[in-house]
Amino acid sequence: MIPARFDYVAAASVEEALQALSQSDDAKIIAGGQSLLPVLRLRLNAPELLVDIGRIDSLRGVREDGDALVIGALTTHSDIVTDDLVRRHALLLSKAAAEVADNQIRHRGTFGGSCAHADPAGDMGSAALAMDAEFVIAGAGGTRTVPAADFFVDLFETALGEDEILTEIRVPKKTGWGAHYEKFVRVAHQWPIVAVAATVNASGGTINEAKVALTNMGSTPLRASATEAALSGATATEDGVRAAADQAGEGTNPPSDLNGAADYRRHLATVLTRRAVLAAAGA
Amino acid sequence: MTRINLRVDQENVSDDVEPRMLLVQYLREKLGKTGTVIGCDTSNCGACTVHLNGRSVKSCNVLAVQADGAVIDTIERLADDDGTLHPVQVAFRECHGLQCGFCTPGMIMQAVDLLNENPSPTEHEVRVGLEGNLCRCTGYHNIVKSVLYAAELMQGASKEGANA
Amino acid sequence: MTAVQDAPAASPEIGRDRRRKEDQRLITGRTRWTDNISLPGMLHMAIVRSPHAHARITGIDLDAADKAINIYDVFDGKKLQDTMGVLVNAWPITPEQQAPTHYPLAVDRVAFAGQPVAVVVARSAAEARDAAELVDIEYDVLPAALDLKEAAEDKVLAHPDLGTNKVAFWQLDSAGQGSGRAIDEVIAEARDGGIVIEREYRQQRLIPAFMEPRSVIVDPTGEQITMWSATQIPHITRFLLAATTGVPESKIRVIAPDVGGGFGGKLQTTPEEWITWAVARWIGKPVKYTETRSESLVSAHHGRDQWQRLTLAATKEGRVTGLKVDLLADMGAYVGVVGGGVPVLGAWMFNAIYKWEAYQFNCTPVLTNKTWVDAYRGAGRPEATYAVERLMDELAVEVGMDPLEIREMNWIKHEEFPFTTVAGMTYDSGNYEAATAKAKEMFGYDALRAEQKERRDRGDRVQLGIGISTFTEMCGLAPSRVLGQLNYGAGGWEHATVRMLPTGKVEVITGASAHGQGHETAFSQIVADRLGVPFEDVEILHGDTQVSHKGLDTYGSRSLVVGGEALVLAADKVIEKAKPLAAHLLEANVEDLEFGNGRYSVRGTDQGMGIAEVALATFAAHNYPEGMEPGIDAESTYDPINFSFPHGTHLCAAEVDTETGQITLRKYVCCDDIGNIINPLIVSGQVHGGIVQGIAQALWEEAVYDDSGTLVSGSFVDYLLPTAADTISFEIDHTTSPSTTNTLGTKGVGEAGTIAATPAVVNAVVDAIRHLGVNDIVMPMTPERVWTALQGGGRGTATVEAAEPHFEGQEDSR
Repeated sequence: MIPARFDYVAAASVEEALQALSQSDDAKIIAGGQSLLPVLRLRLNAPELLVDIGRIDSLRGVREDGDALVIGALTTHSDIVTDDLVRRHALLLSKAAAEVADNQIRHRGTFGGSCAHADPAGDMGSAALAMDAEFVIAGAGGTRTVPAADFFVDLFETALGEDEILTEIRVPKKTGWGAHYEKFVRVAHQWPIVAVAATVNASGGTINEAKVALTNMGSTPLRASATEAALSGATATEDGVRAAADQAGEGTNPPSDLNGAADYRRHLATVLTRRAVLAAAGA
Repeated sequence: MTRINLRVDQENVSDDVEPRMLLVQYLREKLGKTGTVIGCDTSNCGACTVHLNGRSVKSCNVLAVQADGAVIDTIERLADDDGTLHPVQVAFRECHGLQCGFCTPGMIMQAVDLLNENPSPTEHEVRVGLEGNLCRCTGYHNIVKSVLYAAELMQGASKEGANA
Repeated sequence: MTAVQDAPAASPEIGRDRRRKEDQRLITGRTRWTDNISLPGMLHMAIVRSPHAHARITGIDLDAADKAINIYDVFDGKKLQDTMGVLVNAWPITPEQQAPTHYPLAVDRVAFAGQPVAVVVARSAAEARDAAELVDIEYDVLPAALDLKEAAEDKVLAHPDLGTNKVAFWQLDSAGQGSGRAIDEVIAEARDGGIVIEREYRQQRLIPAFMEPRSVIVDPTGEQITMWSATQIPHITRFLLAATTGVPESKIRVIAPDVGGGFGGKLQTTPEEWITWAVARWIGKPVKYTETRSESLVSAHHGRDQWQRLTLAATKEGRVTGLKVDLLADMGAYVGVVGGGVPVLGAWMFNAIYKWEAYQFNCTPVLTNKTWVDAYRGAGRPEATYAVERLMDELAVEVGMDPLEIREMNWIKHEEFPFTTVAGMTYDSGNYEAATAKAKEMFGYDALRAEQKERRDRGDRVQLGIGISTFTEMCGLAPSRVLGQLNYGAGGWEHATVRMLPTGKVEVITGASAHGQGHETAFSQIVADRLGVPFEDVEILHGDTQVSHKGLDTYGSRSLVVGGEALVLAADKVIEKAKPLAAHLLEANVEDLEFGNGRYSVRGTDQGMGIAEVALATFAAHNYPEGMEPGIDAESTYDPINFSFPHGTHLCAAEVDTETGQITLRKYVCCDDIGNIINPLIVSGQVHGGIVQGIAQALWEEAVYDDSGTLVSGSFVDYLLPTAADTISFEIDHTTSPSTTNTLGTKGVGEAGTIAATPAVVNAVVDAIRHLGVNDIVMPMTPERVWTALQGGGRGTATVEAAEPHFEGQEDSR
């Protein structure tokens, strides 16, 4: 319940944070801390230095930049749930953020922190992937941008380097698209056993284009590419999307644990995908 | 040690703390505010819920140094100076929303946050709004009833205020 | 009519929905949990626990820890061996019982993962934890007995020195004790033209998971050594500390301050208490230990964990003739304070509300290398009720009858009470017909059955099922003579004292030890009525052996039915004791006085005086009769004459999503008969909370071990407690058949919901999908298990023994 000792720096700017990171071989960044602090309390990790980026106000908030929304890494889940720009142009993020953990955690937890933590059962990773988000990363040599497909590397592993900081997430606007995040749990305070993030451009009962990503179906958020392709032009009905949704489990490598074996999760992925797509299409 | 300055339950406080000290430990051990309790070590139970700058947080999941400069409100100062209970406290007693009472401080603080956001919630909204707080005694039935009743009390009070 | 008699009688307190006296401090954060207490110079203890299920300790290096900052002392089992005492089992169910010696701190061998091996005492809890990480222990890992059935075959021994894992064998046989026929006879008859139903049910391992983690402080600096502990049993703890550590009982004070829930989980004398005791005495300063939730889940005792092999015999018309029960009960690594007595408590409950000819109960408690198992809400009775209520549904299917009708055909009719059952218990009162009729009406039984049929016919994706549980239980542990016959280590009485203060206020001391039940309120109501004083004027004192020197604490739904009765007797003694003084002051004959509404009145006159006036006169003692002592306080020790047998009908409607296996509760109603009710508000709370714990066993909770004996569900991430978002609101009501075994007519309600709800939920789920070929699903009924059963995969796969790594593998992440 009490973390091991660590040094602490509250950075006032990204530069200060980068500077602090460069001076320790065993530093961790803390933003909201909602994923990190349980790990420290249980002493499953004991970094030498904690660099607190939570006070860097420039990393907070949502703005428009042409065809994209730019979401500061420190923007909290609860802000994403209610933000007007997000709801208008990236509804899926708002829907997924509403399902993260619980109210208290959403008040502190951040979009950037959640993605950087890269728990494959995290809700925001698959939503970001479905939205074709890009991750803006600051390092000593300046900034670089990594697409979501390349950002999530493995279990708890991202494209972020040791001395880098995730500063912003750029999300192409999907204005007018429907969205749904279908999360399957046994009790409400659980991580999803499986969840499906879907955003759909539909008109007149027909799906023009769909973006679908899966949570907790492998070591990273996974794109349901075959499903997406098959949904193009499908009718937004149970029967219309069934065949496409049935492909959702293909190529996945879900975990087996207390809450279900891999086969069951693959089955769930197909059912939840169908439901998510239909809900996103407003059917 | 890191120096922190906070406003806790309407008092300014300042201390040198180890960076690893959790906000809940700071409240309990440094300030003697034992009204806020610790029920788990994985941020599931919500017993330690307090308000940080007006929003509910789990104080076991915040470092005291992260709260530097913040305004913290706990169960201990929810009632008025003269002892007048907050409507949510009144409702929990009236509707028997507690038994052993260990989850109660967190449950009440989360309920206050919930009602601040949504003054007239449905039963479903109350249930979902309390998903971060575990109770082992009540089966939640009377907790949910308490929050709905508190909403009524607060609506009544605000109507009275408007009519005055 | 005199003025006195004209005064309106105070409205009776008993039966009123009084708001609780306890609440003011709890809703304002003004509580005294053990962990809130801080003493001058207090030190903090951290425990190093075994990572292995079974291992020999080959070396402990405490040096590095001892040299750490602000460390006072470090201990292993060898160092404390002579002073730490042992933890005992107070209920050896047979004289031959085999139980391992349970040292609080392991001495040379560990028998479960989580067992304390070394402790560190420091100035702060953080420093103690830091130093604990420096303790280096070497183990020689031994094979572990983990699976209950395998352990029962002694394949691997949990404690090699005992030579067996079987603790004892305990039997109740209706033919043997003369309460019925021979079980083999009725089974043979049923095999010949009747119905025999054979099933094996699993009662999974649960964790009580009270919300307040356990905490203990021992202050050895006073004349009495004081222990504060988050316990249900301060009196038993004090007795056993004296008995096992050699400190005279008079030198021990145990205090259970505000205690945050127990559910049987704090009905234990714990290694943590005993170690803190020994360490504080060794160092000579106050020492505190507060467990983390993870420690609590792995080291506080677990509950249930049985395999039940059942053979039910019935006529072809569906009249049950007998039941044979073979139980294997996992005790874990050590036999706890009640231990093997917990499954044995089920012996009298498998026959439930039914009239049978024959019955046999066989129970074998078994040792394994897992966390110990002891009482958890219901303790033996939920397991029994589950088995019989599941079987009654199976029988109904076999006969082709409505499950309510098959129950009615077999249950004891209300005019047959008192009724002596095939297990030999005499049920005091009850009316199963009335409770069931009321529940059925509240539920809208017929409409839901119609909807079920409609959905079935339509092949709806979501199927509806109705589950029934008509339960009874035995409350009020227990008549001391009965306990003596069962080798229980204590009596079953309860003690109360009523003290009349000079100002007319009343202090009541009870030996019951509340931890959330609301005794301060309910007991005030009883005393206020009895003495005719205002509810507000009664103060209930409890949970501190210096104030309440005598008691047997709170468990087994005994506090009201036993402790409440002791209050009544003590209050009555006060009234009698004060009578001569009142007569003296009123210048009347004692025989002419009558007492009512708090006043002594002289019959046929308008003269009288209140009991408060008598109390003041007693205090002054200026004028009292010869031969009387100036004191009217009184105490009473009440030993119950019988158990009480509350009952009820619980009905659950559940929906099953056949695509995912997800279960949703649709409606839950119950009508309980718990005799007379002191406070309906408190009763409703007990019922609601009990129901959710029962539902949680059916749907969510399970303590799972991996094949190396590590508790996988070792945090609230993996041991799933439901939230408000997972549960529904309930409709509850009552019928009233007052108990005939105590003057209040009460029966006990603390465990009712938990006992009744589990089979109601499982019956509902099985009922929803029985037409799809499912007749059982192993608890907890996870969506995966339901889905697997629907795929024809049987009643459910074993749980994969792995947790998700949300909090692990962090080193390389950013």
